[in-house]
Amino acid sequence: MIYLDNSATTRQYDEVTELMYRAAKETFGNPSSLHAAGFEAAKLIKNARMQVAELLPKAGQTIFTSGGTESDNMALLSGATKLKRNGRKIITTSVEHPAVSETCKRLAQRSYEVVSLAVDGSGCISSGELEATLSEDTILVSVMTVNNETGAIQPISEIEAIIRKYNKTKGTEIAFHTDAVQAFGKLNLTDCKADLISLSAHKFHGPKGVGAIYIKDGLKLSPFITGGGQEKGLRSSTENTTGIVGMGLAAEMSSRDMDAKLRRIAEVSEYLREGITNEISDVRINGPVGIGFSLSDAGTRCPSVLNLTFEGTRGEVLLHTLEQDEIYVSTGSACSSNHPGESPVLKAMGLSPKQIEGAIRFSFSEFNTKAEMDIVIDRIKTAVERFRKLGSYQ
Amino acid sequence: MKKNLYIVRCGEVALKGMNKPYFERVLLERVRKSLEVYDEVEAAWIDGLMFVRVPADIDEDEVISRCVRVFGVASVSPAVEVPKDINEIGRKAGEFMNAILKAEDIKTFKVRAKRADKNFPIESPEIARQVGGMVLKASKVLGVDVHRPDCTLNVDVRKEAAYIYRDKVKGFGGLPLGTNGKGMILMSGGIDSPVAAFMMAKRGMSIEAVHFHSYPYTSQRAQEKVEDLVKVLAGYMGTVRMHVINLLPIQEEIVKNCPEDETTLLVRRFMMRIAEKVAEKNKCMMLITGEDLGQVASQTAEALVVTDNVVSMPVMRPLIAMDKVDIMEKAREIGTYEISIQPYEDCCTVFLPKHPVTKPKLPRIEKSESALDVDALVKAAVESEEIVVIAP
Repeated sequence: MIYLDNSATTRQYDEVTELMYRAAKETFGNPSSLHAAGFEAAKLIKNARMQVAELLPKAGQTIFTSGGTESDNMALLSGATKLKRNGRKIITTSVEHPAVSETCKRLAQRSYEVVSLAVDGSGCISSGELEATLSEDTILVSVMTVNNETGAIQPISEIEAIIRKYNKTKGTEIAFHTDAVQAFGKLNLTDCKADLISLSAHKFHGPKGVGAIYIKDGLKLSPFITGGGQEKGLRSSTENTTGIVGMGLAAEMSSRDMDAKLRRIAEVSEYLREGITNEISDVRINGPVGIGFSLSDAGTRCPSVLNLTFEGTRGEVLLHTLEQDEIYVSTGSACSSNHPGESPVLKAMGLSPKQIEGAIRFSFSEFNTKAEMDIVIDRIKTAVERFRKLGSYQ
Repeated sequence: MKKNLYIVRCGEVALKGMNKPYFERVLLERVRKSLEVYDEVEAAWIDGLMFVRVPADIDEDEVISRCVRVFGVASVSPAVEVPKDINEIGRKAGEFMNAILKAEDIKTFKVRAKRADKNFPIESPEIARQVGGMVLKASKVLGVDVHRPDCTLNVDVRKEAAYIYRDKVKGFGGLPLGTNGKGMILMSGGIDSPVAAFMMAKRGMSIEAVHFHSYPYTSQRAQEKVEDLVKVLAGYMGTVRMHVINLLPIQEEIVKNCPEDETTLLVRRFMMRIAEKVAEKNKCMMLITGEDLGQVASQTAEALVVTDNVVSMPVMRPLIAMDKVDIMEKAREIGTYEISIQPYEDCCTVFLPKHPVTKPKLPRIEKSESALDVDALVKAAVESEEIVVIAP
């Protein structure tokens, strides 16, 4: 199997699976229980929290959730509720994950004003435009760190500086949330100055059903789920000990030699990009062409994602063709006459429906190799040529 | 063991003259089969009605929903059996009504009596009057309304005993499955073909299915959707064998060698040829399609002539004169609609011509087809079939 759909989910590290198995079997106590069995579980969670917090900015707390979607919901809904006395305006982008964009739609129905910033052809927003959109009744800004479909790295550091300056001069309390689900474990986030950061364990070789949100000290959120008061009262529910333990180890493992790993991923993904563009005509890169390796490389592409349009084809057919050789990728749209699955991200970048139809997303992990890419290039070349012949392209 | 009684009525089976014993025997078999998940079910015909006895701990609604799915069943009523004594009948009817009152808010009722046993000394109107009086007394709260009652209580006095029952739950009618040969449905993932299969099965025809896909131009989810549809149908017609055939090699040949506007029609002709071969191999005597006159370009009168031309087997098109809304209504009723509207397509739009020919002429189509080695393509397709067996 050649797995190139790591933005959808990743293969869990074996060590994580084994640790989770042991935790489920041996440390099943309720972390809130007073007895030793509960205390053991609480200790595991404390350790996992440290493992995750290690990779996030200081001066904040890490709250475990059920995943990236919940973290985004919590940041926006609890954030908006808490800050509504300051105003009703929320600024976001037109390329957010549905966990953010759909939640913003809900807020818009509750008489919040939501402004979505446009993106350029490579899928990046302009920090200048964001600055111009800020106003004194703004309460929240939500901009993703790395786009899940294109890999575009958004100008997070610049945005943070703009908001900080604005807050200082105008006396506002605008909070900044970033969905870092695709960035964590690839880009170093310890210097990120966002107030709220969303994470999801299964995107960095951890288990599904667990995630976290970082909340900067000083920012008070309303409880998101009420109940027994777990997670400092912000997110009640008996802790998912097994998942949390898995997330902790996955965070630690994926960040070991993070820079070196990302450079290896870059080599593999650039090898694929060059191979494809050399071998196949009329391929366009959806997203920034240049690659970047840190938060300060705004406007570049995180090498873990490569989104290409093969003109004159349908992504879904290519996907199913590659699937026959156990090569797994993802598409920007479903092959259907009424296009129910058309990607809003690619649309926002100005791609035509035909270009969206022909889009394929390759997303990489540390497990991918150049040898795999040789096979992928060969297969996709055959698939594209076969399709273009059938569809009488050109 | 205490058992509950259900009276099962057949519709048309009763009209079948000389064949009546055969139809009755098959229907009895089908009803027994539909209830075989329970132990100790008894079923027998007595003077034109089927009496089914099921252990009392089995949920009544469940038994009824199983029975009404059997083709040939007109209606089913849960009933109680009483000795043929007017006081006994009245007493039981009172109990029967009080049980209903516990569950429902009923103000008025009437009794409808039928005397099949003419040796019973009291005539029907008098039975109704007397039983009605006794029910009134027993319930204390009810009133009689012979015109618009909330509840009608039926009393049938028959040779062996008397029976009290209330509702008739309607079945689909039709004829018992397997009494009318076997047909091969061309099954897509759409709304129409499951309804067509259902309608033919309702007339007693056993069904096998053939499904065409163009993987990787269509997805595996599209085939899974078809299997889900057939699973619903299997709930009515028992286990269905489905022959799955990849049409892509043929579609590629057609796209390469034939005019674009004829693509769909040429593909349809191949589907019919392949279906006929598969049908012959599996002892089916007819083909069945979900086509509906004029619905799409390949279903105009001219197009149907052109597609029919390649097969000698009769082609049944039970939906041919129905409107789409009525087909959709039927699909909802049999429970296939929600599956059919899932967005996985069974034919990639890449093979759909932009302006398909709507009034094709046979000589022209045949000329286009002459560029292909039809027999070899059909043979290869038939040989590539995979068989999926789908149980309810």
